[in-house]
Amino acid sequence: MGAHAAVDFCGLRLAHPIVNASGTFDAIAARRTFGDELLDEFPFSAFVSKTITLEPRDGNPPPRLWETPAGLINSIGLPNRGLTGYLEHDLPQLAQLPVPLITNVMGSTADDVGRLVEATGERAEIAAIELNVSCPNVRTGLDVGASAESLAALLHAVRPLTRKPLIVKLTPNTADVAAVAVAAEAEGADAVSLINTLRATAFEPGADPWRPRPWLGGGGGGLSGPAIRAVALAQVAAVAARVSIPIVGMGGVASGRHARDLLGAGAALIAVGTESFRDPAAGARIAAELKSLQNAETPATCRKLA
Amino acid sequence: MRVTAPLGRRRVVVSAADEVGAYRVLHVADPDGPVPWPGQFYMLAAAESWGGGHDERPFLPRALSFLRAAGGRLSFMLEDVGPGTRRLCELAAGDELWVTGPLGSGFESPDAGPLARRAILVGGGVGIPPLAAWADVLAAARELDGPAAGGELPDALLGFRDAQHAAAVRLLGGAKVRVATDDGSIGHHGLVTELLAAELDADDRATVYACGPPAMLEAVRAICDERAVGAQLALESVMACGFGACYGCVVAVRDGGYVRVCVDGPVLDAARLEAVPAH
Repeated sequence: MGAHAAVDFCGLRLAHPIVNASGTFDAIAARRTFGDELLDEFPFSAFVSKTITLEPRDGNPPPRLWETPAGLINSIGLPNRGLTGYLEHDLPQLAQLPVPLITNVMGSTADDVGRLVEATGERAEIAAIELNVSCPNVRTGLDVGASAESLAALLHAVRPLTRKPLIVKLTPNTADVAAVAVAAEAEGADAVSLINTLRATAFEPGADPWRPRPWLGGGGGGLSGPAIRAVALAQVAAVAARVSIPIVGMGGVASGRHARDLLGAGAALIAVGTESFRDPAAGARIAAELKSLQNAETPATCRKLA
Repeated sequence: MRVTAPLGRRRVVVSAADEVGAYRVLHVADPDGPVPWPGQFYMLAAAESWGGGHDERPFLPRALSFLRAAGGRLSFMLEDVGPGTRRLCELAAGDELWVTGPLGSGFESPDAGPLARRAILVGGGVGIPPLAAWADVLAAARELDGPAAGGELPDALLGFRDAQHAAAVRLLGGAKVRVATDDGSIGHHGLVTELLAAELDADDRATVYACGPPAMLEAVRAICDERAVGAQLALESVMACGFGACYGCVVAVRDGGYVRVCVDGPVLDAARLEAVPAH
């Protein structure tokens, strides 16, 4: 990418506006699969970790996936090594990536979140922290991000604990996402990211359709992919109309045009998730497509990114 | 064994497509890909009309073990069992598809030398491709070392629904093949795992390499476990990505928690599993 495509995001200098959505790219496993080419051609301008919790989690029992028209329902359940495992095992490997590292954390109480924010905030390898208050797979993550009041209370407690940029990942499974974003901004969030997956379910194939049973091991799951792109556009636009902090927009982005549409709706950065499953290098392709679209546009229609 | 894949998917061309009994075999030119190791797999998606089918599926690529790989060509064996495999079965010479791979880790190299255990390959239905690729490697190793050092040709025990499906045995070279069919139309009338149990009861100094439907793999696991025979199982799982990103393809392991079939497998030591999951 040329220098003119660089983005300033919460003080981070990023080579282009495409990052990964949390939990959709495992850079450690990808390096085992693709070798050091992954470092040479890293598809994203910053790497967002999967969600880290205080204690290790195995995740939900399988089955964990269900393909839908133009999308995917997942019921993964946030498997991770826990805070200590992340800091000792994962972080040294993630620090070798050629881009800034954003660590995503989730806790079920303000105390837990505070400990996660403090511990990750102390590490120089971590450039920013993203708070998961929206994962629909885990009951504890749902309530906080679904209401402006509970999110404000959480941020009031944890915001003072770090000087690192704090990004709040909003849940789309709420009546008024913009009101929650306004609360995040008021309580000192440096940015918001949206949308997370939409709550969804799938029934067991072959079972009696009049007595449906949930297919996924976690009961329900979250829908992602092109199926949710229009929802993402609407929610990013609604949030952009109400806050002035930068927005990381995501939801079904599979091309440079989709990325540009979300930038047009008011996002400053774009996260790619499910499309990376279909092509491990999708982030780099989308960044290149976006750059050529932006080069083709007149300055008047090209939204300022920073 | 794991061969590293180029980063990203690549567009390749179907050079030929054959009917083999009830199956379809796709041959694709993959000049830029490395030579994979038996048991590794690829994620495949048709370049055109992927997502335009009934119910607007498929959306995700499909995970398939390769059947053969040589000279910049790969082949895959397919059965039409859903929207993804149906679309892949429609492909003909000149059509294009996206491939990512090779992915995962394949079978472990057999012990060399005079103490090498004989190999028994156990396959069911559309699960035979990794065994065909493995039989080639085992046969080549035997040729290299000589019969005295490398033992005998591997035995291959292959189960199918009927004679039409069993026509796929001709895809397996380099092995002494015996067939079982559910309807008895050819070979042993019954389960392929009955052949395996009898074989091991006669002589249990062997290593078993298996790929097939979950119920067959679970029976192989139990038969080998009872007899303390080492077994490597090539598992199948629904996958979104194939490279460890989505955590969707996990299987529970004996020492607790889950492993990802795509990056920790698809070939797993049977001793690691309490049971092969039903789906």
